[in-house]
Amino acid sequence: MKVLKTYPEKCISCHVCETTCSSLYFKEDKAELSCIQIHDETNPPVMNVCNQCQACVAACPTCAITVNKQGVVMISRSLCIGCLMCVAVCPTDSMRTAFGKHNPFKCIACGACVKTCPADALAIVEE
Amino acid sequence: MNRKVLAEYRYTLKPIEKGYNRRTLYVNVGTKEIKEKPVTDMMIDKFVGGKGFDLYLMWQGVKDSTKWNDPENEICISFGPLCGNTSYPGSGKSIVTTISPLTGIPVDCNVGGHFGPYTKFAGFDALELQGIAEEDVIVYIDGDTGIVKIMTAPDEKINSHILAEDLIKEFADSEDKHQFVSVVSTGEAANNVLITCLNFSFWDKRRKVARLKQAGRGGTGTVFRKKGIKALVVKYSGLKVDTNNPVDLPTLQKTGLKLHKEIEAGDDTQCRMHQVGTAHLMEIMNDYDLLPIRNFKYGQMPEAESLHSREFTALFTQGMADGCWYGCSLSCCKAVDNFKPRTGPYKGQPVCVDGPEYETAAGCGSNICAWDPRDVVEINFYCDTYGVDTISFGTSVAFVMECYENGILNKERTGGLDLSWGNTDAALELLHQMARGEGFGLTVGLGVRRMKKIFAEEFGADAQFLQDIGMEAKGLEYSQYMSKESLAQQGGYTLALKGPQHDEAWLIFMDMVNNHIPTFKDKAEALHYFPMFRTWFGLQGLCKLPWNDIEPANNAQTDEPAKVPEHVANYVDIYKAITGKPMDKKELILQSERVYNFQKVFCMRMGGGRRIDDIPPYRAVGPVTEEEYNSRAERYDKLLKEKIGVDPEGKTVAEKMDITRKFREDQYQQLVDAVYERKGWTKEGVPTLEHLKNIGMDLPEVLEVVKRFL
Repeated sequence: MKVLKTYPEKCISCHVCETTCSSLYFKEDKAELSCIQIHDETNPPVMNVCNQCQACVAACPTCAITVNKQGVVMISRSLCIGCLMCVAVCPTDSMRTAFGKHNPFKCIACGACVKTCPADALAIVEE
Repeated sequence: MNRKVLAEYRYTLKPIEKGYNRRTLYVNVGTKEIKEKPVTDMMIDKFVGGKGFDLYLMWQGVKDSTKWNDPENEICISFGPLCGNTSYPGSGKSIVTTISPLTGIPVDCNVGGHFGPYTKFAGFDALELQGIAEEDVIVYIDGDTGIVKIMTAPDEKINSHILAEDLIKEFADSEDKHQFVSVVSTGEAANNVLITCLNFSFWDKRRKVARLKQAGRGGTGTVFRKKGIKALVVKYSGLKVDTNNPVDLPTLQKTGLKLHKEIEAGDDTQCRMHQVGTAHLMEIMNDYDLLPIRNFKYGQMPEAESLHSREFTALFTQGMADGCWYGCSLSCCKAVDNFKPRTGPYKGQPVCVDGPEYETAAGCGSNICAWDPRDVVEINFYCDTYGVDTISFGTSVAFVMECYENGILNKERTGGLDLSWGNTDAALELLHQMARGEGFGLTVGLGVRRMKKIFAEEFGADAQFLQDIGMEAKGLEYSQYMSKESLAQQGGYTLALKGPQHDEAWLIFMDMVNNHIPTFKDKAEALHYFPMFRTWFGLQGLCKLPWNDIEPANNAQTDEPAKVPEHVANYVDIYKAITGKPMDKKELILQSERVYNFQKVFCMRMGGGRRIDDIPPYRAVGPVTEEEYNSRAERYDKLLKEKIGVDPEGKTVAEKMDITRKFREDQYQQLVDAVYERKGWTKEGVPTLEHLKNIGMDLPEVLEVVKRFL
């Protein structure tokens, strides 16, 4: 299973990963539109991102959420009807929503943020 | 498929505005006329949508003299402005109305499945069916291209589990698009008997079967078949989160997500809807002496342990998104997969059975002493596919079993069937007879009211005894709760406009267990508020369950926990978010009050709606037989002493029963007086002109009917 692994002890809370992610998928630099989110109220910070556990897959009423060959949980935008049931069942609060947007979104382990992280706090790994 | 198009109508597709299409669809299967009707501002202001639109359209369509089998009788199906949103749990309901063959007055059913939302998104706020077809037809609405067709249907099987699936496969664009088609159908029994239902399908992508939800009460299936309709089919492929075009999508999403999270956190420790659906109530009702057993004689028996919800949990496939509409995280519509019936035409064939829900488990289980859960599942399956209402079936079979026990019926009169308590083979055979159109099943399928008359007239049975034990009012069979020890629930059932169904008010715990509404005034207030609040679901296209089958963690600490104030606020919020119209908790009740009073006057117009129609059989009020009295003698003796002020010592059981009966019947009449007054009605149950004016339901046609009764 391909997954974005986080190393909070290395994280310097620069939030570059959030900028990278939201800019890539929504063309906007907004932390709430990022699949990875850094909560820096604590030390080390909390790096919240999908661990591909698949809890959302069974909850989806339209079967819009599937697991690809690499073990990554994917959302089909054409099948998704935006009910957000997947957001509620996510045990790590990593299924994202932005009210007003039609579909939830999540980390698909694309690795874009790994490349821009200046502190080596992120890695794509096989688990 | 050998199918001819008898009529075709093309319409312009256009987006919904704030929950409304502003047009309805009229289809006359007799004259083959298909047309659109505009939805006026008056309709929205006075009737809102859903049941309100249904009743308004039906009022125009029928005459005072219309009977269920007249061509002008209508089947109306409407959806409401909130229906079809995918954000808030329980938002996919259709409301079906027709003049009922059982009651002769309008009946309304609230049903899930995808037909309602898809028909709404195809472009219509209601579907109005009238006429009688010369040959069997299908009405097809193609919401993707804007075409409505009446088509011949000579070849298909009628039974729903086959027909729904066949039609979905026929009308879907391809194998991966079955979920965009929904079917309304009934079954073979609807050709022959009156206690029938309509099945609304939704395609279950995981199971790859057509699931069926029931518009259960009042014989809608029989009207459907009388009209020569085999099925209604709708196709709509464009569903998105904003298809209902709400004015404030973020608020709608936020409110929905809040409830999703509440359900995720609380359902496992509250109602366990995810695991077992409404059948979680079985042991609760048995524990509180409220589970109907032996035709509502008793509320508790040790044998009922075998129908504990854990038995159904074990039969239901777990871990599925079992919502009857998208976005319902309560997921209560459970299914038994690969069930192999042991009787009937589908014996040995693996089928998917929806339910049993509580009403079915109690009505077709405990009430007839069917103690094997698999027998309940089998009765459930055949009821659904034959188009029989499980509630009326359970109550009707319980009635004939008690008649059999008392010698009113015997094998000679039942065509050889031994109707002893718990004989599930006989119960299933009655069901198969209803489908085949033969035998004693045809009599049972007429419902309790007609059976009472037949048994008295043809078998010389004691009419008063039959009246006392026959659990019907207005012609409709009671649903499955014991109301003997809750005066408020006796009212909740028997004052319900369409007949004794628990969807207007369920007050047993408030009244009997918690004693929160001790006075007549308190009970009357509850019997005003809750029926009005629950009517609102039917105006909007919503399900009742997410209102109080899940509660916020702090609900018990609120001022009025029975109302679930936070959820009421949610409804106000989502109504405003979708329609953009002002709303508060008072206006919410007022919306309902207008339609509720309209329905009441509609009942009066059709010859019902009188005080005499609001009287329960004594079995719903107190112990009819000595056996019943003695089974709870300590309770009844205590009540004699403490409530009635009579010392039971030295009195015969018959004497004590007589005193108890007079007291309870008098209490009930006092309750009716209090409720009528609170509702703004005269002592005869007629809405006053002043009240109709105050609530804004003083339409000339309404006043014209009311004046006949004042």
